[in-house]
Amino acid sequence: MKLIFEIGNKNRKLDLMPECDVPVADIDDKYKRKKELRLPNVSETEISRHYTKLSRRSFGVNCGFYPLGSCTMKYNPKINDEMAKLPGFADIHPLQPADTVQGCLKVYKLAEEYLCSITGMDAMDFQPAAGAHGEFTGLKLIWAYHRDRNDTGRDKIIVPDSAHGTNPASAAMAGFSVINIPSTEEGFVDVNALRNAVGEDTAGFMLTNPNTIGLFEEHIHEITSIVHEAGGLTYYDGANLNAIMGIARPGDMGFDVVHLNLHKTFSTPHGGGGPGSGPVGCKKHLIPYLPTPRIVERDGILAFDEKSDKSIGRVKSFYGNFLVVVRALAYMMTLGAEGLKNASENAVLNANYMLHMLKDTFDIPFGNGRCMHEFVISLERLKKEKSVSALDFAKTLLDCGIHPPTMYFPLIVHEALMVEPTETETRETLDEVIAFFKELYERAYNDPDSLHGTPLTTPIGRPDEVGAARNPRLRYYSD
Amino acid sequence: MSKELYFTKTHEWVRFIDETTARVGITEFAQGELGDLVFINLPEKGDEVIAGESFADVESVKAVSNVYSPVSGTVRAVNENLLDQPELVNMDAMEAWFIEVENISEKGELLTEEEYMKLIEE
Repeated sequence: MKLIFEIGNKNRKLDLMPECDVPVADIDDKYKRKKELRLPNVSETEISRHYTKLSRRSFGVNCGFYPLGSCTMKYNPKINDEMAKLPGFADIHPLQPADTVQGCLKVYKLAEEYLCSITGMDAMDFQPAAGAHGEFTGLKLIWAYHRDRNDTGRDKIIVPDSAHGTNPASAAMAGFSVINIPSTEEGFVDVNALRNAVGEDTAGFMLTNPNTIGLFEEHIHEITSIVHEAGGLTYYDGANLNAIMGIARPGDMGFDVVHLNLHKTFSTPHGGGGPGSGPVGCKKHLIPYLPTPRIVERDGILAFDEKSDKSIGRVKSFYGNFLVVVRALAYMMTLGAEGLKNASENAVLNANYMLHMLKDTFDIPFGNGRCMHEFVISLERLKKEKSVSALDFAKTLLDCGIHPPTMYFPLIVHEALMVEPTETETRETLDEVIAFFKELYERAYNDPDSLHGTPLTTPIGRPDEVGAARNPRLRYYSD
Repeated sequence: MSKELYFTKTHEWVRFIDETTARVGITEFAQGELGDLVFINLPEKGDEVIAGESFADVESVKAVSNVYSPVSGTVRAVNENLLDQPELVNMDAMEAWFIEVENISEKGELLTEEEYMKLIEE
C-alpha cells in the first residue's frame, strides 16, 4: 500500500486556511526554510480513501473478538468519546489559568476519588502516559521513600518469574537491580523463595494479582507482610485489575503503590488507538513523593500545587493524557460501583466458560480447571507431535477473523496462548470462538502443514519479524 | 566426547581451555527454544561473573532471557561479533561463544554431555 506522500499530485491542494486578516510579519531570511515543506498533495476524496483503506488493513475490537491476554481489549463505549468531545474538555489549552478550567480539574479529582476507592489507595496521580510509565513512576516513589529515610542500601526489586516483562525493565530503568524468584508448581509466588530473597537490600516487590497465569495469589497477605517485615515496599501492577474491581482491593492486600491502565480496565482506546494513561496510586506514606503539580482544593476552588520538596518531580509535560481520563471517568460513572463489580464478575465468568469448554481439548497446565479473568493454554504437545507451534496456531486464527491471544507469555508456560475474553463478549461469540479453537486443533493433528503458511486472508501474511527487529526501517525518506 | 565440555541446567555450555580458563555460550537446545535472536547484551572485559548468576541476556522475537554463568571468574574476552550478528548463535550455538572467563575460582553445578542430553529429552 502507498504512503500518503506517494499518492496525489504535486499541484493538488486542499487549502482550508482562511484568508490572512492581520498584517504579514516580515521574517529574516535566516529563519526561513530553504527547502519547501514536503506535505501530502491530495484531495479530500484521496485522504478519505487512504485512511479508510488503512483502517481496513488493521484489526480492532470493533472488528472482532480480541482475546489478547493481560491486555483487556474490552469494547470502548461510544459515550466515552462523546464526553471527551465536549468543548469544555476538548477546546482548552494546558496553560489556561486554573480558575477557567475548574470542570477539568474536577474530572481529575473525581477520577482520583473513584480510582482510590476501587484500589484502596489514598492518592492517585495522572501524569504517567501508559502502564510502563506508571511502573517507572511508582518505582521512583519507592526509591524516594527509602532515600528520604536515609535507607540508601535498598537497591533491589524482587519480581516473580511470571511477571510482565515491563516489571524488571521498569525496575532497571528506575536504577534498581532485579532479583527473579521462581513460581511454585501450581503457578503461585513461592513464599519460601520470597522469604529467602528479601533482606536489608530489598527496596520492593512487584506483583500483579491475579497473576499472569490468571490465578489469584492465595497467600497475598503473607507475601506483602514478608516484604514489609524486611523493610521493603510492595508494588501492584494493575494490568489485571479487570478481574477484581469492586471485589478485592490492592490496598487491602497490603500494597503500597499501584499503577492502573485506564486503556485496559477502564475502556479507553488501546494499542494503536491510544494514547494510554497509567495513573499511579499510593498509600499516605508515599504521597509526599508523588509528581508535581498536585491538584488541591482551596476554599472550594481547585488549583495546581507545585510545592513539594520531596516530590520526584514531573514525569510528563502538563498533566497527563487528560481526555483519556475523561473517557475513563465517563466509563466509571456510566457503570457505577455495582456495574464495575458486574463487569469484573462477567470478565471472570466469560474466561471460566471458555476455559471449561476448551479444557478437554487443550492442555491448560495451571489452575485445575479454574481461572480469574484469563487462562493460559500450552501447545507444547502439539509442537512436539505435529510441529505446529503457538505461532502457527495464532496465525491461523487470523483467518477465522479472530485476533490471536497473547503468545509465548508468561514465560513459565511453553508454547503459551494466553486468552482473555473480557466481559464485553456475548455467549454466541464465545461459542463461535470455542468452535474455531477446537476445529483448528483437530486440523493441526490431521493436516499440520495447512497451519504453517497461514494467514491466507489478511493483507499481510507472515511479516519478517526477525528482519524487522534486526534492521528496522523506521522512517520514510522522500528523496 | 570432549572431557573439557560441560553444560548447565539453564542451557549454557562451558568449554575449559585449562583449569582456570573457559569459554561460555548457550546450547543448541537453548537457541532452538528461543528462535531467531535479534539482540544480545554482553558484559565487558574485566567484569566479574558469578556461577549461577546472569551475565548476559538474549532477545528473540518471542522474549528476552537471561544467560547464567556456569563459573565464577573474570571476563577475559567478549565475542563482539555477536553484537552485530546475533544470528551466529542460531547458525552454530556451540561455536558462537559469548565470553571467555579467566581466574575461575568456582564452578556451578555442571553436567556432562550425557547428563545434559538426558535432561533435555525429559
